[in-house]
Amino acid sequence: MSESSVITDSPTNIGLVRGVLRSAAVPVLSVLTAMLIGALFIIVAGYDPLVAYRGLLNGAFGDAAGLTRTLIKMAPLVFSGLAVAFAFKGGLFNIGAQGQLLIGSVTSAWVGFALPVDLGNPVLSAVVHLTLALLAGLLGGALWGAIPGILKAYTGAHEVITTIMFNFIASNLIGWLLFAGAPGEGLPPGPLNDGNGVIARTPSILPTAYLPVVFDPPGPTALHLGVFLAVIAAVLVALLITRTTFGFELRMVGLNPTAARYSGIDVKRITILTMVIAGGLAGLAGAMQTLGVNYRYEPNQSLGLGFDAITVALLAGNNPLGVVLAAFLFGAMDAGSTRMQFQSNVPSEIILVVQALILMFVAADQIIRMIYRIRGEGGIGQMFGTGWGQR
Amino acid sequence: MLTAVTAMARTNRTALWASIGAVLIVIMAFLAVGAVGPAVVVAVINASIRGMVPITLGAMSGIFSERSGIVNIGIEGMMLIAAFVGFMTNYALSLPGAPSVFQAEPIRMGLSILTGMLAGAVMGLLHAVLCIRFKVSHIISGTVINILALGLTGYLYMPGATTLGRLPPMIANPFSESAGILYWIGEIFLKKGFITYATFALVIIIAVVMFRTRWGLRTRAIGEHPRAADTLGINVYRMQYINLLFSGALAGLGGVFLTLEAVGQFERGMTNGRGFIALAVMIFGNWHPLYAAAGALLFGFATALQGQLQFFGINIPHQFVGMLPYLLTVIVLAGFVGRAQPPAHVGKPYEVE
Repeated sequence: MSESSVITDSPTNIGLVRGVLRSAAVPVLSVLTAMLIGALFIIVAGYDPLVAYRGLLNGAFGDAAGLTRTLIKMAPLVFSGLAVAFAFKGGLFNIGAQGQLLIGSVTSAWVGFALPVDLGNPVLSAVVHLTLALLAGLLGGALWGAIPGILKAYTGAHEVITTIMFNFIASNLIGWLLFAGAPGEGLPPGPLNDGNGVIARTPSILPTAYLPVVFDPPGPTALHLGVFLAVIAAVLVALLITRTTFGFELRMVGLNPTAARYSGIDVKRITILTMVIAGGLAGLAGAMQTLGVNYRYEPNQSLGLGFDAITVALLAGNNPLGVVLAAFLFGAMDAGSTRMQFQSNVPSEIILVVQALILMFVAADQIIRMIYRIRGEGGIGQMFGTGWGQR
Repeated sequence: MLTAVTAMARTNRTALWASIGAVLIVIMAFLAVGAVGPAVVVAVINASIRGMVPITLGAMSGIFSERSGIVNIGIEGMMLIAAFVGFMTNYALSLPGAPSVFQAEPIRMGLSILTGMLAGAVMGLLHAVLCIRFKVSHIISGTVINILALGLTGYLYMPGATTLGRLPPMIANPFSESAGILYWIGEIFLKKGFITYATFALVIIIAVVMFRTRWGLRTRAIGEHPRAADTLGINVYRMQYINLLFSGALAGLGGVFLTLEAVGQFERGMTNGRGFIALAVMIFGNWHPLYAAAGALLFGFATALQGQLQFFGINIPHQFVGMLPYLLTVIVLAGFVGRAQPPAHVGKPYEVE
């Protein structure tokens, strides 16, 4: 950095560009290297990687429908990625995004079907109902995040284990709420089931709670408002972290809870608030699927989303705006994988292999730095102490 | 000295709760025999043991890893890869073209178990390299392993692959139903596959290794205070690498149990969270093999009970029973019952000076 101030009279701009390039180098090279290794796997299995990756690109960006699919997949990934990244900033590893978004998708569905809003004016009704349904998703997720946060703050129970446990508890709870019933064994359906007798799903939500469609290309998919809400949320989270007192305290607790405590920050309060906000963001990710895609809660609508969120957050270096880019990449991979499998017969699971490799290279950035001879300091993978102990 | 005493008191409290739990289960079993007859009770016990075996092995995997200071949330992925590799070995050796020497059951099954465990060990090695050589956060490394396993096994999965068969019960039940109690005891203790018996043996062996041998002492030392161990001349990294190979192999054995003994088939994502439950059980059992095995039995029992509730005339939804073990783990971790006492240095990277 020091030589740039000598060479040019606008050092900050040069430094900024260089800084961005430098911080983007490892993620970009990680993605490329992972794709290359993925290509090796494709060759070894006897397929053509070029055909496969062309299918992937076409499926994700090839036409308006493809791009729409990518953006639809991206919306919940931004919210859930933010849920993980935000918690990371506060020094917490939120593996529970999956459970939080499950709860959020069901609470938003419940407000969507059980709470008709009629204020005379259809537009006003829709705005109020949609807002309430989104709020329900937010609150459901926030509640599910709050419990591990409170346990961490007051008992020291490590959030990694408690959030994993709450993922299982959430899926059992939802299993009961949406149970389709087994008349043969005298088991009644769950309280939120629509009574179809077979599928564990809620009734359809009312059209007033739909996320409005903003773009409808030919084909079965239509772009809903969610992706724009997601980008706005990312900006708000970025501002919250960098421009507010709470954000400052959050980062301080994340970097060194002991120092934060001695400087008079209420670490317990910050810990709980961090998990509440993270859970709320994950809950909104669930609401995207319910209110924008399925128009009800259906089983497996968010399978694995909460775990993709971890990879997205880490790939983004826990930067909220980076989360938008990483979610776009993962949304595209997800959206294109079906077309890839269709065109090249390569099983879509190769995408998971590539994603795991991306995560590995981003975390163990020394490998990438070694291969491409990039200088620089430790990666995000080394930031977190991961013991089970008290903070 | 004081910490040693309090640590002992804490462990004993966990032991106390574990034994209270065991006694309650036995009392419930006796009451249930009166209510529903022995057949249902024995079925529940056998289902509990089936559910317990992979979780126990996963917990043993976790103990090896965490006692030497490395958090392992990749148990799930290690199990899944091993389940797949073990099954594919069995499949390859079952093909008509395979040499007949390898098709004999003991050799075919032996090789399948070994390759599965080896695959688990390779994943353990990857975890070790990422955590020790590259100082990656242990939890991120574990997440990499979990996603990688899901992707690789799904990518290479061959639907409809069949084999010559799975591990048979080792000992037949010599009693007929007319023998009464002896028959039911035989139904519980005999008629189990090799891996089930091996698991019970391993729990005891690992308990002895961890608490009665030099290796175990050194392992626990580097988990508690690697600097001190290092100063005393213990090669911390070498110990960690070897313990993670063991950790991977044990998770692998848990994985191949699913494909070679319990189910006989591979399905995508078939470990279904067992690796995470194993982690919970390990914490539940305070990083001790015997208590962890008891915890695994409790989890297995809760799972087994879910399917049988209506036979007992109990009308709570089975999902609530399914929730219980997870809630219990949270309660234990939060210190409401006993206190989770992890190795002091677990999860922190160690830099040799």
